[in-house]
Amino acid sequence: MLWLIPILPAIAFLVISAFFVNRLRRIAPYVLILALILSLIISFSALSKAPLQGAEEQSLLWLHADDLRLEVGTLLDPLSAIMLVVVCFVSLVVQIYSIGYMAGDEGYGRYFAFMSLFSAAMLGVVISNNLLQTYVCWELVGLCSYLLIGFWYRRPSAAAAAKKAFVVTRFGDVGFLVAVLAFSLVAKEFNFGALQHRLAAGDFTAAFITAVSLLIFCGAVGKSAQFPLHIWLPDAMEGPTPVSALIHAATMVAAGVYLVARTFFLFAASPVALIVVACIGAFTALFAASIAVAANDIKRVLAYSTISQLGYMMLGLGALGYTAAVFHLTTHAFFKALLFLTAGSVIHAIGKQDMWELGGLAKKMPITALTCLAGALALAGIFPFAGFWSKDEILASAWLRGAESPLYYLLFAMGLAAAFLTAFYMFRMWILCFTGTPRTKEAAHAHESPWVMTVPLAVLALLALVSGFWLKQTVPGNGLPFAEFVHAGPAHHGEAVWLMFLSTLVAAAGIVTAYFTYYRAKVSAAAFHSSFPWVRNGMKSKWWVDAAWESFATRVVIAGSSVAAWFDRHVPDGMVNGVAWLCGQAGLKLRPAQSGQVQLYALVAFIGIILFVILLRLTTGW
Amino acid sequence: MDNILASHPLSITILSPLLAGLIIMLIPRERLFAVRAISALGTAPTLLTSLYIYLNYDRSIGGMQFQESLPWVESIGISYQLGVDGISIPLVMLTAVVIFTGVFASWTITNRTKEFYCLLLLLVSGVFGVFVSSNLFFFFLFYELAVLPMYLLIGIWGTGAKEYSAMKLTLYLLAGSAFMLVGIFALYFYSGENTFNLQALTSAAYSPRFQKTCFFFFYIGFGILAGIWPLHTWSPDGHASAPTAVSMLHAGVLMKLGAYGVLRVGIGILPEGLQFWAPLVGIIAAINIVYGAYVAMGQRDLKYVIAYSSVSHMGVVMLGCAAFNSVSINGAVFQMVSHGIMTALFFALVGLVYEKAHTRNIPAMGGFARRMPGIAICFTIGGLASFGLPGTSGFIAELMVLLGTFRAHPEMLLGQVPLFMLFAIAAATAIVITATYVLRLLQQVFHGPVDEKQYPDLPDAKTTEWVAITVNAAFLIILGVMPRLLTDLIGISVGQFLR
Repeated sequence: MLWLIPILPAIAFLVISAFFVNRLRRIAPYVLILALILSLIISFSALSKAPLQGAEEQSLLWLHADDLRLEVGTLLDPLSAIMLVVVCFVSLVVQIYSIGYMAGDEGYGRYFAFMSLFSAAMLGVVISNNLLQTYVCWELVGLCSYLLIGFWYRRPSAAAAAKKAFVVTRFGDVGFLVAVLAFSLVAKEFNFGALQHRLAAGDFTAAFITAVSLLIFCGAVGKSAQFPLHIWLPDAMEGPTPVSALIHAATMVAAGVYLVARTFFLFAASPVALIVVACIGAFTALFAASIAVAANDIKRVLAYSTISQLGYMMLGLGALGYTAAVFHLTTHAFFKALLFLTAGSVIHAIGKQDMWELGGLAKKMPITALTCLAGALALAGIFPFAGFWSKDEILASAWLRGAESPLYYLLFAMGLAAAFLTAFYMFRMWILCFTGTPRTKEAAHAHESPWVMTVPLAVLALLALVSGFWLKQTVPGNGLPFAEFVHAGPAHHGEAVWLMFLSTLVAAAGIVTAYFTYYRAKVSAAAFHSSFPWVRNGMKSKWWVDAAWESFATRVVIAGSSVAAWFDRHVPDGMVNGVAWLCGQAGLKLRPAQSGQVQLYALVAFIGIILFVILLRLTTGW
Repeated sequence: MDNILASHPLSITILSPLLAGLIIMLIPRERLFAVRAISALGTAPTLLTSLYIYLNYDRSIGGMQFQESLPWVESIGISYQLGVDGISIPLVMLTAVVIFTGVFASWTITNRTKEFYCLLLLLVSGVFGVFVSSNLFFFFLFYELAVLPMYLLIGIWGTGAKEYSAMKLTLYLLAGSAFMLVGIFALYFYSGENTFNLQALTSAAYSPRFQKTCFFFFYIGFGILAGIWPLHTWSPDGHASAPTAVSMLHAGVLMKLGAYGVLRVGIGILPEGLQFWAPLVGIIAAINIVYGAYVAMGQRDLKYVIAYSSVSHMGVVMLGCAAFNSVSINGAVFQMVSHGIMTALFFALVGLVYEKAHTRNIPAMGGFARRMPGIAICFTIGGLASFGLPGTSGFIAELMVLLGTFRAHPEMLLGQVPLFMLFAIAAATAIVITATYVLRLLQQVFHGPVDEKQYPDLPDAKTTEWVAITVNAAFLIILGVMPRLLTDLIGISVGQFLR
């Protein structure tokens, strides 16, 4: 039954593309929603059946290459079970919302066809029992995000963003592909369970484990938009907003973290890999949060917040906080989907997404404002919202790990600083959008979105409020607390109450700062800017990373390709034309010899004979 | 009919296009529809026979099957001998698909239609002949038959600097033939078997020194047609100047003749020669892959982009051959099929775009997806296959070649690292380059707003044109999802081939 979970949306894709793209496109969303509901039901039943030890697997031979068996299969363990539910659920909510959001778009049918494939591919990643299948579905996830980011392909910016997303993530995927190749050589198999056994049996050298872990991590850095490959994600908002919600919450970026979690047995065996993962994660968390502080586009703020939160998850994994990272992945999926959908609701109503052109929306759009507040509180990590529980656990893991390797204390501090910035920029956004007076005509005439959009918001807001607390106590359908259900090795419990207070305090400080800066206007942002101009410039220009990549792409790669094209025309092809020219010249030069004068021919023949005789004499001594 | 089909499927495959060509000669030139219809009817049987041999090839036995033999000049061992195995069957099928769709893609040719189709069909007979010959003499004969009509096809029906391109291509390939011919004669005399039969030549014993020397001749001779660097420059010019169907056949099938020659004759008969030259063949293949892709990125003419991408993709085939193990060669053959269909699709699409937009200059285009959605979808599918996206045949081919190459020749080291491992990594990196130029191309040609003034009218593909593009696009996906349709068959013969 499990294999039906990705197959159902895949069938929806085929059905929609065959029948419901043009005239009957109104039906398209219901096909997908039906498929997702069925998938969700199966996922829930899987959640209750998931074995706590080991995994349930099924495999089918896909391709046979000498001693390599390339399989497609399903794998059921707590990790995949949780993610299946999350992906199906978030996708379902997003699709329902899309009925309202995309209404009237001429690509309505195409939109739901791509969304079906997107869900199917992501579910394929989650359910995969081997590295190769993961790679296959992983690339398909990339393809779908390409298609959906570039959904409004007539907009040049959307077309460019789609290409950027694909190429940048593909950059990281090379590492993943090489890791697959390395396993084909050393292990001769790709099955996760088998690899784990081989690892436990000591079949792999430490160098190999570190190498493949880092290569796999390359793929995750691309997909999960970690520094320095994070540049595609903010541009990805060119797609329709529900697409962003899905990309940022349950698919695409989640795939990277999920991959690291899935192959965590490798990372756990390599201290070097763990440190790299943790450092990249912590740095990205802080780095992206600082950019979000200076962003004015609401979707851009949320995009950088996603990068930052993914950094937290990586930090958690790198600090051996497997459970914490997966927990944060789960809760984040709910509240990030919520935040994007509220942003979509605002954009749908007003048509503007620069927060300086909004304002005072709380009165016009109370449901959107309230649900967005819930999302912001969850993201900021305020008790008892979801983000509080999960983010706190990640920080706790970093702190605990610090006892063994002091570097983690620094990473912990970076995480804490990012928590401050997170609370600050979220409330900067919320205050600027929803409070005060409308700053444009459009904002003044806003209306609340239709119920097909607000009901999903309410559902997600409820989850943003309770999911952390609830899952921590008991996973539905299963009854176990999250930490006992999802864990790698013995679950570690290092709850530090002081840390909970500290992180809440830090988050509250961020909110208060935002309140005094943007609501009461007691603190002047301009004063800060003039006293630390380089910080402001850095944050405004995204710390110049995008510009560096941009100039690498245009000045080195594209310009270099023109040079290569010139080289090919003039050197290898020049040689060919040179040979032709030589032949032609030789013919011209030799032509006078064929003069038709018999005396000349006789002379040449005579000289030739003499030379030949001399030669014979010299060589043979005749 | 049944009996003839069962006893002579290969001869039918060779002769039916030839026969169609002869019939066309007898038709008045004004009857354009009759000419086209007979061409389509003449190539349709090859689809059936290739399907027949695919389905009826006895996989439990393997080896050469459907053999036919007709003595000709027995005193020097020349016989009309045909036979196919798991390596050649996919290529026969590929040829049948490409020519069938190619006939439809040239439906709009009005200049000397009759002669065009005659030459096209003659060329195809030659291609089929090479893939099914098991006698080196006929192999060579058919090979030349496949190359020479190209000169006229490009020179008369081409575009741009067509005379220059046609001459360059023909002279270049004939130079390659000279190398081949030396190799063939060397084999004939050195083996002492007094035969041109491939199997007999394969089982003969050759000294390592002879193998090294002779292999080199075959590598250069066939390699030119396979577009090996730096002897590839005939191909972009040739492809760009050729009319649509000829580009399709040329990049889709003819370049495969070169790779097939290296595989069947060079590697099959002289494995120790390959063993000696493997580092060179491998590094040139790696250069082909990376360099071809990078040069493709720098092109502004749509056809040149596709032509250079062929140079790059043929590198994958040659890399698979050089790695010389069952996975990599399986991948190489798969890539021949995959790339053949993909590039035929591309050239068909480029032809359509050119016909409607009257330009091939990429910067001058934009926003075409809105006007020609069908063409845009097929172009996207081809593009995905070209950078090896899972779900397309390109992925299977590249994956198998990479898997095979990564583990190949562990004894050849560069420092501490096996040489072929580096080649595999280089090839894996090239996938990013390919993705970049393909997506750039899609963006520049199909996305963005359309220039209404310059392109007031851009219709989507029409009736017969759909055949050319949808059939090919469908194959790319079918093979990508169900690769075992081919890999199992290829695997049988590759196993026997390596023994």
